[in-house]
Amino acid sequence: MASLTELANPTRFMRYSAVLLPWFAGAALVLLALGFYLAWFVAPADYQQGETIRIMFVHVPAAWLALMFYTMMAVSALGTLVWRHPLADVAQKAAAPIGAAFSLICLITGAFWGKPMWGTYWVWDARLTSVLVLFLIYLGIIALWRTLDEPSRAGRAVAILTLVGFVNVPIIKFSVDWWNTLHQPASVFRMGGPTIDASMLQPLLILAVGFTLLALALHLVAMRAEIMRRRVRTLTIFEAERLDRLAAQGAAA
Amino acid sequence: MSSLGPHAGFILAAYGAVAVILGGLIAAILLDHRAQKRALDALEQRGIGRRSGSTS
Repeated sequence: MASLTELANPTRFMRYSAVLLPWFAGAALVLLALGFYLAWFVAPADYQQGETIRIMFVHVPAAWLALMFYTMMAVSALGTLVWRHPLADVAQKAAAPIGAAFSLICLITGAFWGKPMWGTYWVWDARLTSVLVLFLIYLGIIALWRTLDEPSRAGRAVAILTLVGFVNVPIIKFSVDWWNTLHQPASVFRMGGPTIDASMLQPLLILAVGFTLLALALHLVAMRAEIMRRRVRTLTIFEAERLDRLAAQGAAA
Repeated sequence: MSSLGPHAGFILAAYGAVAVILGGLIAAILLDHRAQKRALDALEQRGIGRRSGSTS
């Protein structure tokens, strides 16, 4: 906990993140290259779904990351509201566009997979609808950040919205069990172990780790940009106030 | 293309969407980072970034 608090200092974060970034990005590139090679040239076509199973290798990691980033944002929201960590709302703000992008990837690749396999791009079943709601919540959060100018006020408002929206995360996960859906039930993270053959599970997991490292690298870059944006804002306000004081002194003399 | 079977168009469209969305996300984040770094460097070059009494 002490090291977490230490890391929550923006100056230290800038130093540590600069060291971590190339490792995250490099490992992501290696794993994505290996994962796509296995997914495209080694994994066999599915006995039922044929070659469309290749879509699974991007669809499933995108779905996991959309949920993971929202969960990370909910933890950051607690950090903002309860512990008031200086980096909590920076982390939350930087995560929103990344989570939104992965939920959009999940929706679009799902539609391109659904058309040949289900006969439709879209159906209003519980899984698809709850993921669409997740994407809309992400957009709402991004919009709320842009509505309020003052970062700490915006951070608290967004934190409340994020925590309210978190109710959707378990709904997405269990929607395929609670309701009768066209979408298939879980086949990796389930009681009794994965039902996917190892030849497909291995590239899927490698790609999932690769995409996660890429997303975390992007998150670090976005957090660094947000810290600099806040510093620019603070310095610009200080400078404007200093010039105001000088102008007032000049007028008095 | 032919080895992807009768649904090749859907598979390629899905991967194309991933490339466009991820490419756009990466470009947007990197460009924003560069813009903020330039703005901060410009302020600090004018001596505005140095806080009095700060050693870092």
